Amino acid sequence: MTDNAAHAATHDEEVLGKAYDARLMRRLLTYLRPYRPQVALAVAAIIGHSILELAPPYLTKVVIDRYIPAGDLSGLGFIAVLFFVALTVSFALEYVQTWTMQMTGQRIMFDLRMQIYTHLQRLDLRFHDRHPVGRMMTRVTTDVDVLNELFTSGVVSVFGDLFTLVGIMAVLVWMDWRLALMAFSVLPLIVLITQWFRRNVRDSYRAVRTWLARINAFLQERITGNATVQLFRREERDRVAFDTINAGHRDANVQSIFYYAVFYPAVEVVGALAAALLLWIGGGWVIEDALTLGSLVAFLQYSQRFFRPISDMSEKFNVLQGAMASSERIFALLDTPVEIANSRTAARDDMARPAFGPVAQTTAGVIRFEHVTFAYVQGEPVLRDVSFEIQPGQRVAIVGATGSGKTTIVNLLLRFYDVQEGRITIDGADIRSMRLDELRGRFGLVLQDVHLSSGTLASNVRLGRESIDDAAVRRAVEAVRADLFIDRLPRGLDTRLAERGATLSVGQKQLVSFARALAFDRPVLILDEATSSVDTDTEMLIRDALTTLMRGRTTLAIAHRLSTIQDMDRILVMHKGHLRESGSHQELLAGRGIYHRLYELQFKARGTTALAPAAS
Amino acid sequence: MSPLRRLLGYMARYRRSFLLGFVCIVLSTGIALAGPWVLKYAIDDLTAGVTMGKVRMYALGLFALTIVGAIFRFLMRRIIIGASRDIEFDLRHDFFTALQRLDLAYFQRNRTGDLMSRATSDLNAVRMMVGPAVMYTATTVLGFIVAVGLMLSIDGRLTLLTLVPLPFVSIIVRYFGSAIHRRFEAIQEQLSEISAQTQETLSAVRVIRAYGQEQYAIERFRLANEEYVRRNKGLIRLQGAYYPSMGLLMGFAAMLVLWLGSREVVAGRMTLGELVAFNAYLMLLSWPMIAFGWVTNLLQRGMASWKRMLEVMDAVPAVADRVLDDVDCGDGVVVGADLKVRPYSAIEFRNLTFAYGDHVVLRDVSAVFPAGTTTAIVGATGSGKSTLLGLLPRLHEPPRGTVFIDGVDVLDMPLETLRGAIGFVPQEPFLFSASIAENVAFGARGAQGDRDRVEEAAGLARLDKDLSDFPKGYDTLVGERGITLSGGQKQRTAIARALAIDPRILVMDDALSSVDTYTEEEILSRLAAVMRERTTILVSHRVSTVRGADQILVLDDGRIVERGTHDALVRHNGLYADLYRKQLLEEELEAS
Ligand SMILES: Nc1ncnc2c1ncn2[C@@H]1O[C@H](COP(=O)(O)OP(=O)(O)OP(=O)(O)O)[C@@H](O)[C@H]1O
Ligand SMILES: Nc1ncnc2c1ncn2[C@@H]1O[C@H](COP(=O)(O)OP(=O)(O)OP(=O)(O)O)[C@@H](O)[C@H]1O
Ligand SMILES: [Mg+2]
Repeated sequence: MTDNAAHAATHDEEVLGKAYDARLMRRLLTYLRPYRPQVALAVAAIIGHSILELAPPYLTKVVIDRYIPAGDLSGLGFIAVLFFVALTVSFALEYVQTWTMQMTGQRIMFDLRMQIYTHLQRLDLRFHDRHPVGRMMTRVTTDVDVLNELFTSGVVSVFGDLFTLVGIMAVLVWMDWRLALMAFSVLPLIVLITQWFRRNVRDSYRAVRTWLARINAFLQERITGNATVQLFRREERDRVAFDTINAGHRDANVQSIFYYAVFYPAVEVVGALAAALLLWIGGGWVIEDALTLGSLVAFLQYSQRFFRPISDMSEKFNVLQGAMASSERIFALLDTPVEIANSRTAARDDMARPAFGPVAQTTAGVIRFEHVTFAYVQGEPVLRDVSFEIQPGQRVAIVGATGSGKTTIVNLLLRFYDVQEGRITIDGADIRSMRLDELRGRFGLVLQDVHLSSGTLASNVRLGRESIDDAAVRRAVEAVRADLFIDRLPRGLDTRLAERGATLSVGQKQLVSFARALAFDRPVLILDEATSSVDTDTEMLIRDALTTLMRGRTTLAIAHRLSTIQDMDRILVMHKGHLRESGSHQELLAGRGIYHRLYELQFKARGTTALAPAAS
Repeated sequence: MSPLRRLLGYMARYRRSFLLGFVCIVLSTGIALAGPWVLKYAIDDLTAGVTMGKVRMYALGLFALTIVGAIFRFLMRRIIIGASRDIEFDLRHDFFTALQRLDLAYFQRNRTGDLMSRATSDLNAVRMMVGPAVMYTATTVLGFIVAVGLMLSIDGRLTLLTLVPLPFVSIIVRYFGSAIHRRFEAIQEQLSEISAQTQETLSAVRVIRAYGQEQYAIERFRLANEEYVRRNKGLIRLQGAYYPSMGLLMGFAAMLVLWLGSREVVAGRMTLGELVAFNAYLMLLSWPMIAFGWVTNLLQRGMASWKRMLEVMDAVPAVADRVLDDVDCGDGVVVGADLKVRPYSAIEFRNLTFAYGDHVVLRDVSAVFPAGTTTAIVGATGSGKSTLLGLLPRLHEPPRGTVFIDGVDVLDMPLETLRGAIGFVPQEPFLFSASIAENVAFGARGAQGDRDRVEEAAGLARLDKDLSDFPKGYDTLVGERGITLSGGQKQRTAIARALAIDPRILVMDDALSSVDTYTEEEILSRLAAVMRERTTILVSHRVSTVRGADQILVLDDGRIVERGTHDALVRHNGLYADLYRKQLLEEELEAS
């Protein structure tokens, strides 16, 4: 699984820092802390394993130097038994190592994934606005899997490799230190080659990742926007654009092949150089009887094994590099502070309750905006000094030109964003001092951008709230007249929807999301263009249903069709981020301001024809 | 053609590379195996006692051989892996092209995440198969044959003994291979569940916050995550045993060689040099044996992934250009009338019945939209308005003989021509994460993409006023899907985008639903001149928007139940008149 994960090509972002960063590494290692015993066991197993790996060449030496010249057959048998024992124990140790380490890796990944996902569920919308979903998915899946590789094959087996190296060096020195020095004399060469390799591979790795990120971003957007691409005949141009990135990716890869293709053979050549040196000098010593033949053979065998861990470790370098990049991205995400959270005082009130508790039943309360100023982007205020008050049970509408900040008011009330100046209070308490679930638990919301998920129609209405039983779902659906179309579906409320509810008409989607707001039965209902795509008949039926359903509750409705808000208690008129007028329909008309002009316009539209027919 | 043959077709394009690569493999393998041979002579001579000079010659020979071998090894990797990257490029290109051809319904049936994973991780598995797996298979097989041959020439009996573990190896590979494969698939499946959940909860983040569903989402994720760990556990149990067991078997062989071989040496039937060389070959052999398991794994995964890719690449698009294949006019020649160069076109629906699967949405719809006129469609939610509009640019495929433009069946028109004639504003606009100017110029060709043309289109859609409030104006970047724009701004960007291609037919599907009345009025009056020169179809729920149309169609449950001008329909006293009265009533209520 791990090798696939490393290649799973879903990287969208290029935070690539240093190849090795002690700070990151230390932080990564803290994830191992809960699993200390397992890690210790794995390290012990791998050390044992690498020591046992040293046995065969030495046994060979003993055979050649002692038992063959002596013709000692039972000695040979004894060596064979030793060999067998070493093999079996080494197998067992390797199994133990793989099992404990991989399982530990899995648990760590589980912890990490939960941590990231939970954090994503808490992060501000301001953050989500700027970070594409695809990229965040990569954090939860691919990036975590890359780290998994570090834990399972990296950290521990580097110990193994190191021990093999040190072990071989010790054995060589012990057998014959002069010859050992001879073998080590090529090490500087290895260091040089490895340095060269690392430096270049790091750069090309970076290039490959960048290209891959572009490929993925491009693909994802073209798949989700396929209809638009086809309608506007972008295929040809997209193909050309795609080929450019695709070729960039290929060339970056070909570049990195070069470094690998040089590196492995180069290490082999250095190994052969060591062997040749050993033969050259050691052979001479054997002739002079300064060295036994068995030692020479053992040396040759060890020198072969000596270079394997070195090229292994260079391979691990890739894992390490990937892990550094991934962890940097993951930690950057985890370190992004959550600005909109339960305030400290609210949290202290009831420490016992979980961060996202079940919703306490609350009442509407008096909602007040006090001199609220807000900007999505610093320096470009979208709301300026907005103040108003909504009494419990009042029905208030917001009207205004497109882009005047109506949706933004809702966003602030639900604390999707925090105000920059002024404050919003409910029953006198600043909403920033309230628990989030208590605040949001008051509102049933129909968003302007309808969002349905794949899943059944019923599950789209009740979401995760089991207490909304089938009957309640049914009631909500009937209140918005969605039963009319749902009952005609063969599976009714159990119909499964496509991604984003794509197989429903737009109006139908809106009705389902409306039903959801009613099913949650909250004291305040917020409707942001809730029926903009619904036909007039249905709209009027819903309005009738609402007058009974919402009796005594607060309603805040945003609408462009003045007709839909006529009987509201109060109407707020937004203009370029300012609250310009406020009052009942009659009062506003009498005021002869913006509302009056808007109204005139809609009224007048009946008399004139907006569409001048073609002269035919 | 079988999937394998198809893949070979891709590889055949680079056959020269593969041939060269194989030559390099043969040479480098041969040379690698010559090393121990040299060693054998060296040791034998050393036991027999030789001159210094000869030993030095052996040392030099060993070194020289490795250098030559290394050069070929370098070439081998460079050439074969390089070719695999070329093939990857071709495959990705073809996969993307195949995706582009597919129709809307296909994308609605298949999840984005699934298509993405085929384009990424499956493609990668295929590349691993045509590159590294091919290379290692060749080295493995070749190395195995030559090593065994050389070993046989040293000692036949000993060779046979070392081959004893071989059948076990193949049993192990067979058993573990398929078991690993199955578990691996199960794991991949769970991984896509994890990604899908992440994707859905993140794109629904506002809904989740508003309804306090965070804990529920987290719990659901925990379950998926736990299941993922559970499935991985099964794989780890197998894999933990798989690779070491190969090492174990090869170790047994080495033990046998050392034990029995040295008995041979003692008995004088074999020289010490031969024993050492034999041992060295065994070491060389152990790599192919261990790699064998790995390579079979790669091949299996690669084939599975290739089939998954082919499912997409072979999917037959329901909507495509009609290609004459019986008439000899070369490959891919598209038949069909080119639309004559005219400012506007007449549209006709003739006895159109349309169903999604067996859900009939349009029934026997007939209507004529004369060139240069404006037709409005009204009707209840779900009555089939969007469906009807979507059939015109063939987002879904209408039955033959039902939809015509200037008397030509749209099925006979090249999609390029057809869609180029239609400026379409979808009910739910999709914007790309690019600047507003780029979004407006999305379909523009040539001079249509010029800044003043873009600004003109934006002006018609009354986007200009909003943009003048944005510090970066036209260069403001919009977020994913147009997040960071207000609802009305998104819709107006989509209108501008449709106008920018200067279409002969303008289709607006409830395109002003999120726009306030004042702005709507402004847009409609600005559009009036544009619409006079075009055939326009617009859908709306508001009488005020449609009343000026030359013709109004009332759709009810997929049927056209009324048609005529506003005045005629009001007199007719049917559904439309009813709608009119209701909206009138509302307005009068307001006025009161
Ligand atoms: N998430 C966001 N990030 C940055 N800017 C935003 C964001 N959401 C909205 N805006 C900008 O803030 C302004 C007000 O937007 P808002 O959505 O409140 O308008 P609205 O009155 O609801 O308009 P409409 O009637 O078109 O829905 C717009 O200019 C919009 O471009
Ligand atoms: N891709 C699809 N697959 C299956 N059924 C669909 C699909 N798209 C729409 N439908 C169904 O077809 C019917 C007509 O949908 P359509 O989108 O044409 O309605 P509409 O008249 O445009 O409605 P609205 O006013 O809500 O936009 C609806 O019942 C809808 O559920
Ligand atoms: Mg529609």
